[in-house]
Amino acid sequence: MADATPHPSTPSRRVQFFPTCLVNDFLPEAGIASVELLERAGIEVERPRGLTCCGQPAYNAGFRAEAKRVARRTIGLLARTVGPIVVPSGSCADMLVHQCEELFRDEPDFLAIARAVAARVRELTQFLVEQSRPPAARAAAAPQRPRTRVAYHPSCHLARGLGVTKAPVDLLAARAELELVPVADADECCGFGGMFSVKQPEISGAMLDRKCRALEASGAEVVASCDAGCLLHLAGGMRRRGLTLRACHVAELLG
Amino acid sequence: MSAPPPALPPFAERVRAAVGDAHLHEAIDRATGQLQARRGAAFASLEAADLVRDHARAAKLEVLARLDTMLEQFEANARANGIAVHWARDAEEAQRLVVEIARAAGCRRAVKAKSMVTEEIHLNAALEAAGIRVVETDLGEYVVQLRADRPSHIILPIIHLTKEDVGRTMEEKLAVPYTSAPQELCALARERLRAEFLEADLGISGGNFAIVESGSLGLVSNEGNIRMVTTLPRVHVALVGIEKLVPTLVDWERMVQVLARSATGQKITVYTTLVNGPRRVPPAGTPAGRIVDEGPEQVHVILLDHGRSATLAGDEAEILACIRCGACLNVCPVFRNIGGHAYGDTYPGPMGAVLTPSLRGLPGWEELPQASSLCGACRDVCPVRIDLPRMLLSLRAKGVERGPVGLVPRLFMKAYAFLATRPRLLRLAMKLARACARRRARDGWVERTPGLPGLLRGWTEQRDFKVPAARTFDDWWERRRGSA
Repeated sequence: MADATPHPSTPSRRVQFFPTCLVNDFLPEAGIASVELLERAGIEVERPRGLTCCGQPAYNAGFRAEAKRVARRTIGLLARTVGPIVVPSGSCADMLVHQCEELFRDEPDFLAIARAVAARVRELTQFLVEQSRPPAARAAAAPQRPRTRVAYHPSCHLARGLGVTKAPVDLLAARAELELVPVADADECCGFGGMFSVKQPEISGAMLDRKCRALEASGAEVVASCDAGCLLHLAGGMRRRGLTLRACHVAELLG
Repeated sequence: MSAPPPALPPFAERVRAAVGDAHLHEAIDRATGQLQARRGAAFASLEAADLVRDHARAAKLEVLARLDTMLEQFEANARANGIAVHWARDAEEAQRLVVEIARAAGCRRAVKAKSMVTEEIHLNAALEAAGIRVVETDLGEYVVQLRADRPSHIILPIIHLTKEDVGRTMEEKLAVPYTSAPQELCALARERLRAEFLEADLGISGGNFAIVESGSLGLVSNEGNIRMVTTLPRVHVALVGIEKLVPTLVDWERMVQVLARSATGQKITVYTTLVNGPRRVPPAGTPAGRIVDEGPEQVHVILLDHGRSATLAGDEAEILACIRCGACLNVCPVFRNIGGHAYGDTYPGPMGAVLTPSLRGLPGWEELPQASSLCGACRDVCPVRIDLPRMLLSLRAKGVERGPVGLVPRLFMKAYAFLATRPRLLRLAMKLARACARRRARDGWVERTPGLPGLLRGWTEQRDFKVPAARTFDDWWERRRGSA
């Protein structure tokens, strides 16, 4: 296991990129921006063939058998690769890092494989900062034009699950053309929660209302996050509520 | 007893009513906002707070690991202190025990401390049916009783009310002039309750902690009412869940430190009480009339199971480490939007969404573990670090295994697992989904449309649906590789 774990101080030249299902089909621009960001940092990106989903939708809904089928396949594919596994979505990374531990707790043989994969998984911004290869900062240069006001939305599984709170903010703050604006109750959940958003639409919608009000009041032009689920929920919610804010992946702002 | 009261409307209706209740949100936001800020400050003042929390967690887990022997030790030590210890398997047994104790001692007027476990077993109704008058003495619970309402938070029973609501309640029920000034409202309650304390012959409390090593009960309050409930009446009965044990007095001290901080943002509660038994009999030769000890003549502890042993044996045993501080309610975005009553039973919020189905059984309560976005704020704030999201998930899994999950979600998940393990088919299916979505879309988004199938309806009820991309990430990747 120790061999498979990239030491933070050893720069990784090559990574496996797991685009995730939502990024692949709904937010391909986030995946493309992530790959370009990694490559600009001098990292070779591979995409293992046939990757689909981490199994989280079924797992969060309580469908353990279905979650196992999907997660087992994905982990199996990833286990055949080497090097860090970079995921552009916090909750999918958390699924592989933490939730699979619970999902496969009764299967010691497979759990060992899942753990070896989990040890290699990094969320995109976490990886970039760990590698000390943040994209070239341009903070020193005086901005030529008005900066874009950005609200960072810390998605729950990235912040509370993986404990990644600083990396995305540091990366955004290093960009001279961006101005990070504070948001009231920023760490409060946006109300997505996977199947929760469609099974409990009233509660999810009430949480979304609050988040939209806070984002609007922040004066931001863009809300950026590192989770495709939250982004789709926020983008669709803001559009429904007539807000002009744009939602995009943090990687898209670092390009 | 295990089924929800028949009068309870379905969960979705309770949620809908609460989500649309602006008054409720105003009241809850005001209180939880203050509590969160105070909690943060209180923990900042605690040296090695993380270690104290670890210690508190370890003490509770130790109790759960050896609950049977710990209970026997507590019983023996409490008896040695002169406390009568009783065991109640369920709510009915507990109710009957309290009524029997009251009858045997000739008690007719009870004063009560705030206690969620007595709410859990609907003790007040049972006492009144037995002809025993019972008055709640916690200010919030007193208002609840005046309104014939239910508490909506385990620490702040009337978090759903504003001070204006309380003023109107007192005006109506106590025939006093209206005021919304908190000090005047407190003075009114104090005056009424003082008379009740002096006339009561039975004091009923819960027990925040039952300390094994000393056989004593630990109680906390801020209003002083618990001191009076446990000392003024002739008889004191404490109802205590069997999970409330802590091994030692040192553990108890640490527990109080994290409980007060988590519950109300205090370093310590205004009144922190240890009950060590009834008043002692004067030694032989004591001059008549000299007071050697005070307090009740009898102290009874009723140790209640009511679903706890069954919970201990399952995946949700960890919830029994809960010390009822309420911090998880205050940070929960779901609780803050739907309030406590929507949860339908005694315990609301994240801890309630796990505890209620655990104690009462999942049937009838399957919706509670669904009412969470799994954001994890509860786990972070919990003073004993209970992994609430893990148990919300295990209860969801149980619901799928045994519960009435509809055919549509089952088929959807089957289809999902089928496609997500077959990338080529998934690709085709997504192209098809895109074609269908596009027909209903405007500018690339499906807006609120009546007659959409289940999942899409749930989504578009609150937000627009983004049409899947024409060119996926995989398309881009393959094209780039092809041209490279």
